[in-house]
Amino acid sequence: MGPAVHTTVDRTIVAPSPPVKGRRSRGDSWPYVFILPMVVCLGLVFAYPLITVIRNSFYSTSMGETTFSGLENYRSLFQDPVFMTSLFNSLKLLAVVPVVTVVAMTIALMLYEGTKGWRAYRLMVFVPYIIPATAIGISFSYLLQQNGILNITLRGLSLDFLALDWIGNSNIVLFSIGGVLVWTQLGFGVVVFTASLLSLPRELSEAAAIDGATRWQTNRLVVLPQVRGTVEFFLVLQAIQVIAWTFPYVYVLTHGGPGNASSVMDLYVWRYAFQYSSPGLSSAAAVVLLLISGVLIAIYTRLRAKQGER
Amino acid sequence: MIRRIKIGSVVKHAFLVLVCVASLYPIWFILQTSLKTNAAYELSPLGLPIHSTASNYLQVIRSMAVPRWAWNSLIVTLISATLSTAIALPAGYAFVFGRFRGRSTLFNSNVAFMVIPPVVLLAPIFTVMVNVHLINRLPSVIIFYVGLFLPFSVFFITNFMRTIPVELLEAARMDGLSPFGTLRLIVAPLTSPALFTLMLVNIIYGWNELLIALVFLQDDKSRTLMAGLSVFQGRYVTQQPLVMAGSFLSIVPILLLYAFGQRFFVKGLTAGIGK
Repeated sequence: MGPAVHTTVDRTIVAPSPPVKGRRSRGDSWPYVFILPMVVCLGLVFAYPLITVIRNSFYSTSMGETTFSGLENYRSLFQDPVFMTSLFNSLKLLAVVPVVTVVAMTIALMLYEGTKGWRAYRLMVFVPYIIPATAIGISFSYLLQQNGILNITLRGLSLDFLALDWIGNSNIVLFSIGGVLVWTQLGFGVVVFTASLLSLPRELSEAAAIDGATRWQTNRLVVLPQVRGTVEFFLVLQAIQVIAWTFPYVYVLTHGGPGNASSVMDLYVWRYAFQYSSPGLSSAAAVVLLLISGVLIAIYTRLRAKQGER
Repeated sequence: MIRRIKIGSVVKHAFLVLVCVASLYPIWFILQTSLKTNAAYELSPLGLPIHSTASNYLQVIRSMAVPRWAWNSLIVTLISATLSTAIALPAGYAFVFGRFRGRSTLFNSNVAFMVIPPVVLLAPIFTVMVNVHLINRLPSVIIFYVGLFLPFSVFFITNFMRTIPVELLEAARMDGLSPFGTLRLIVAPLTSPALFTLMLVNIIYGWNELLIALVFLQDDKSRTLMAGLSVFQGRYVTQQPLVMAGSFLSIVPILLLYAFGQRFFVKGLTAGIGK
């Protein structure tokens, strides 16, 4: 496997082709060959299913026969209380995003000040983000159940009134899921924000300090405006994550229960396709989910383009 | 003044320590519970595992499908991470150094695909897999994962290749190297740190994935570890230490990867953000 061998082989391949100039004007064909495998995969896994799911949302199946039914699925969807619960739950969970952002930024600013051992702190806070959601969900389901560790601890501290049924009470369960999401996403925020802060030139903050600005003033007026772009990206990515990627947490933690109190959009799409066998409703819900994420994706690509211009 | 700074710093470290404890406790809880017998756990769910026992691990490994599931996870994860990286490499090269029709459209769709929720794609692909008789077989999940990993892989590789000086490629072309030769002999070796990071990110994604594995692999023999664990949880409601042993086994490979490749992780997992 010496490089010399490769070189000679490649030379013989190249030899018959016309000189460089002629090749360029003819238009190279190699890029098409290079992207072909990717195009095939993206077509199969993204383009085809997207088209199919949109098409299916306008068809309904009854007695094994599939017929065009216009917006019928969408009408039933918005009359389905389970769907409305799932939709609103997903929207309510968006409250996780500002919480994660503010707490992560606070921690990142603390670490950025050159706190002793900041690398170790960052290392540990990041762990929840990478370990499997399934294991996390199982662990939290035991911690948060009626007689779980959290409540035992609370009772031990004579805080019985706080020992609530965290995942069994339909009024509280969404807060618990939100809490678990904050727990998993926090480290991601900390890592993103510290990376961004560390890339800033130190001179500006130092100048502000010399001018007598307090640390709070320096952070608010000098540091934060410079990382605004990163924060915008983070907000959008987190919003997409919370709206459309919560399935493993909800599935393992509550299965959407009690009743449907903690059902979310992606759980609904999965359940109506694979447990209740109503592909029409599931497809329509998938399209609604797609539209919501589409808005977020549009913002994301916009931000990306803006960043590219800079 | 000095005293105020000291108090401030103590408060800050106390807060940071608290955050770290909160971050790690649920993982520690998995480990400590897995080391208790069922009776010891019921007696004292909070306490340290004083008389620790490996019996849960032995039971999980000897008499359950866990080793089989872990093997399936390993196969699925490694194959799909490698394939998507191998497909993304030439694509990234074409995006950065080639000119072709539809280049920017394709690249923009790729960026958008990066954030499409997989649940939307699930039912149509399921129908396809039923028709080609791949349900309950690992390739169904592998094909899906390769596609899912691709947008980020292409994006990541493209970003990295943009930093390679064009002069290098001009020189290669002067030497008569074909695009394929240039990719293999010059660009791929230069890109290898990025490829390594990318493999790590894709491995994490694949190993942790639940939804697709749950839907496509429904018999005990073909399940991945995550899909198996979620079934496990329902099956052994009264034997939490046993379920925790399985859960901890699923975390160990990730923790090991993190311990060895921490630097690469941070770089790879934050790449979607940009500075």
